[in-house]
Amino acid sequence: MPLDQSFVGRTYPPTEPYLVGREKIREFARAIGATDREYVDPEAARAIGYQDVVAPPTFPIIITMASSHAQIVEDPELGIDYSRVVHGDQKFAYARPIVAGDALVCVNTVEEITTRGGHDFMTTRSDVTTEAGEPVVTVWAKLVQRGEE
Amino acid sequence: MSFESQTFRVTRADLVRYAGASGDFNPIHWSERFATGVGLPGVIAHGMFTMALVGRAVTAWAGAPDAVVEFGVRFARPVPVPDTDEGTEVVVTATVKGETEDGNTKLALTATCQGEKVLSLAQAVVRKR
Repeated sequence: MPLDQSFVGRTYPPTEPYLVGREKIREFARAIGATDREYVDPEAARAIGYQDVVAPPTFPIIITMASSHAQIVEDPELGIDYSRVVHGDQKFAYARPIVAGDALVCVNTVEEITTRGGHDFMTTRSDVTTEAGEPVVTVWAKLVQRGEE
Repeated sequence: MSFESQTFRVTRADLVRYAGASGDFNPIHWSERFATGVGLPGVIAHGMFTMALVGRAVTAWAGAPDAVVEFGVRFARPVPVPDTDEGTEVVVTATVKGETEDGNTKLALTATCQGEKVLSLAQAVVRKR
């Protein structure tokens, strides 16, 4: 059954803040093989104007994938079969890099649902801000639910 | 204008480390049995791992880790990672596609593995230094 179009435009409640740890950024930078000093050394990050280490560009996925999965993909009313889902598109628009010490809130929205050739396509948008409401990054993911065999 | 291509080696160990760091433990990225069972050629890299490697290339070309304003890709084809010491390689290229209204630089990006494009519609906007 195609995904329910009436979910388009639905926005979920803001998530509990995700506290960005310095060691988490270092771990992520190591895992992707990035060696920039600003990802690991607070002094190097301060030298380019940040209070603590900055995160690599795809780091926000840690926060947005978990929260949009919990709120949207696992929404029983929407009824996504995750075993048939593949990641289609991914996009980030940054106001600034994530910095260790940030407490980040996600507001997740179902932006688009389309059906083509028996497959469902759902674009989610996650607006990531500080607890005070300062915009940090907006993250879009398009998930493809392949048609049933 | 184009930049010199950047090549990244990807092994199974990289995928295990990325799974742990990112929290994405989908078994298609570490279990041959599971991956072939769902019709994949074998264990494949996380799309977000490939995107992270492209992000490394973009920040290197831009010359600063905080220079990226926008970054988007479409995952066109999986990156199979054999269980060998060599693993596989992802090659990333970029071409300047002009300027945005704010004076930032638009880059068109490609990522290939074994000669096949694994991303499409890949682009970034980076701040001028």
